[in-house]
Amino acid sequence: MNFKKQLRNGILTNNPVSGQLLGLCSTMAITTTLFNGIGMGLSVTIILICSNVVISMLRKVIPDKIRIAAYIVVIAGFVTMVDLLLQAYLPALSENLGVFIPLIVVNCIILGRAESYASKNGVFASAVDGLMQGVGYTVVLVIMCIVRELLGSGTFGAGVLGADGVRILSEQYPAMLMILPFGGFLTLGCLIAFTQWFNQRLADKEASA
Amino acid sequence: MSLFISLFTISLNAILVENFILVKFYGICPFMGVSKKADTALGMGGAVIFVMAIASAATWAVNTYLLLPFDLVYMQTVVFILVIAALVQLVEMFLQKVVPALYQALGVYLPLITTNCAVLGVALLNIQNGYSFIESLVFGATGGIGFTLAIVLFSSVRERMEDCDCPKAFKGFPIALIAAGLLALAFMGFSGFKVFT
Repeated sequence: MNFKKQLRNGILTNNPVSGQLLGLCSTMAITTTLFNGIGMGLSVTIILICSNVVISMLRKVIPDKIRIAAYIVVIAGFVTMVDLLLQAYLPALSENLGVFIPLIVVNCIILGRAESYASKNGVFASAVDGLMQGVGYTVVLVIMCIVRELLGSGTFGAGVLGADGVRILSEQYPAMLMILPFGGFLTLGCLIAFTQWFNQRLADKEASA
Repeated sequence: MSLFISLFTISLNAILVENFILVKFYGICPFMGVSKKADTALGMGGAVIFVMAIASAATWAVNTYLLLPFDLVYMQTVVFILVIAALVQLVEMFLQKVVPALYQALGVYLPLITTNCAVLGVALLNIQNGYSFIESLVFGATGGIGFTLAIVLFSSVRERMEDCDCPKAFKGFPIALIAAGLLALAFMGFSGFKVFT
């Protein structure tokens, strides 16, 4: 097992969002404040680790034909748990994320990892994979949140550092557009372009070395 | 008359003002994945309208007659996704037997609908908004129509974009996302658009 390589895979080269292009709905929909981004990222990471562990433990028991249905039930169970826990202990986050918490069930990242990794590897390796992919997802969310929040409302860390965050741009400058759906598409597009450029450069470097 | 007005408002809202893809971000994965050609996009849209309408009706019935009386609302997510998965399977089998031409046309997109957030999303939103049976059905169908409208428009944009010159790093997916953003910007023109309020 190679932690460093898995971490690099999760965050950069094979990032679930900017590399594999999965889980785009939640990435664009909820990244308006840092608080939402961190909350969503952590929720998905926890669910990803738990479902990866359970699916990897059950991988020899689950018949091949109904495996997708079985995975979805396992994932839905964990999503329900996280949903109820958030409602009880972090009602503000639960309200902000709204229907996107139950929608984690159909987030392709989790089903994708179950199908392509947890169903073929051991329990510990799957847990590490879940953690790394979850961290990769969280990193993308946090970057998008910071960019969109800074340009859109001119603050940093709303919800984390005080209710409104730290004001960086004066109130009259921010471009509301970045908080609206258009900003989500634009930021994610640029982020994916950056990842493509970076991976290409990395490949060129390795080819010439 | 008031039912008609409420249904009309719901439809208008679901298709234009709060378009499922471009405003609410439900179902971005199939939107990006299946929008390379206009005719496949239309096929996918048709399948989604169909499944969303049936899923809205089925999940509404399950929630009202099964989950609420037995106090099982906390099982909503699990039950809904199972209902949707079973439904998609049923629709697939039904189409294969009865309308094989349509089944052929939809091909691989039909099973993929299970993991379309728009379908689970519409089921959850129906409950959240407290819609009646008819309202849920209409919201499901028109949500699907909104999805189809967006995906068909976008696929035509994308067909044109194939030959355009853009920076190398933006080739393919990123530039498509930005184009979708411009489409979202156009749909923002409908926001604040209200009838009968």
